[in-house]
Amino acid sequence: MFRERWKSVLGGSATGESSPRDAAALMSVDSSIRNGAPFSRQSRALDQFFAPLRDRAGLSLLDFAGASQETVSYITGLGHRLYSEDYLRSLDQAFGDGDFFANQSQPGRMEEFMKGSLDFPSGHFAGALAWDALQFMASPLLESAVERLYDILHPNSYLFAIFHADERMHQVPLHHYRVQDAQTLLITPRGHRQQAQFFNNRRLEKLFDKFQSVKFFLTRDSLREVIVRR
Amino acid sequence: MWNKKKEDEYAPRPATAPSTTSTTPPREGVPVSSTPARSHEPRIGSGEATMGKAVMVKGQIFSREDLVLDGELEGTVELQDHRLTIGPNGKLQASVKAREIIVLGSILGNVEATDKIDIRKDAKLIGDIKTARIVIEDGAYFKGNIDIMRPEVKPEPARVQAAAPPPASPPSPPPSLGPPAFPAPPAAAPSPAQTAVQGKR
Repeated sequence: MFRERWKSVLGGSATGESSPRDAAALMSVDSSIRNGAPFSRQSRALDQFFAPLRDRAGLSLLDFAGASQETVSYITGLGHRLYSEDYLRSLDQAFGDGDFFANQSQPGRMEEFMKGSLDFPSGHFAGALAWDALQFMASPLLESAVERLYDILHPNSYLFAIFHADERMHQVPLHHYRVQDAQTLLITPRGHRQQAQFFNNRRLEKLFDKFQSVKFFLTRDSLREVIVRR
Repeated sequence: MWNKKKEDEYAPRPATAPSTTSTTPPREGVPVSSTPARSHEPRIGSGEATMGKAVMVKGQIFSREDLVLDGELEGTVELQDHRLTIGPNGKLQASVKAREIIVLGSILGNVEATDKIDIRKDAKLIGDIKTARIVIEDGAYFKGNIDIMRPEVKPEPARVQAAAPPPASPPSPPPSLGPPAFPAPPAAAPSPAQTAVQGKR
């Protein structure tokens, strides 16, 4: 039963029944991660994120990765607007002096960060690409940010986020994510970084408790892609 | 004596001596640009104005020619149908409007380019962008909204063509005009949106 469940989650190819082609692709990804070279891979979660956005135009999307040519071209090519900000850089600017995670619990700094980076009207965005930024936020900043995301997202819209799935890792690989097309991510490794906490499925369900649904996609590179419906 | 010195200073230089690659130190009294040589360095007579890196302006700039800003500016910049280049030392706290904008420095403010905006590596732009096309190099920092303006398709030319007698194939200019006296300006490359519209037709 578990095998079947994981098969559906993994796209039916990484449960011990992978084809030689899949194995080659996986080896290529592993090699790229080791070498720090950019690589691309399919993402079913991304596909689900863009599914309701393909037949509409003129919507606003939020991108936490910072502007990149690929993401901007794809999203604006669909006819949407894009608000772009490198949230990891903003986190570093707001809390980077001293203890990064301890600073995140200071009310004054939290307020300043929220005002500078997540101050949008309610229901302004039709989708948010949070990428891996949320896993570097500690409580209570994380909960405030998710609460704010809930507010600025339009009902029935999606939030896409990525969390590392390996509990043993303290320093997790850091990536820069770009959208190549609706199903393909272009990923550039950019070192390692300590995450605020480990996020398992239960923790994530609790974090996005207010949202309608949470869906997980476990990827080959030990990532948990999460699609949350507002 | 004074006249002789003046003549020396302003004596025409040999045309073969390249001024930018000369190894002799600049003479005292001769104005020398503090801006390092770059590909977008102004050329006399090329219709491009420059504000150097030691210049600071507070107010509005309107220009009817291409402009390079490498200094500091606070206010607004508007270039109707021309290109604005923010040099690597350029720091703008301004709303900017031009046909084409190239950013190598930093801008804090909203930006509108009717044709294209090009944000180069190490550039910094915080503000909303409205443009028809955008190029963002890796390493550029951008925070704000990107709104791509789609060129509106005007049905008028089609109607005119329909009303006019069918043109000979291939279409050529009216014979009364004769051959053009000057070479025609290069046609602008169609944007992806324009191409798509043509494809539909």
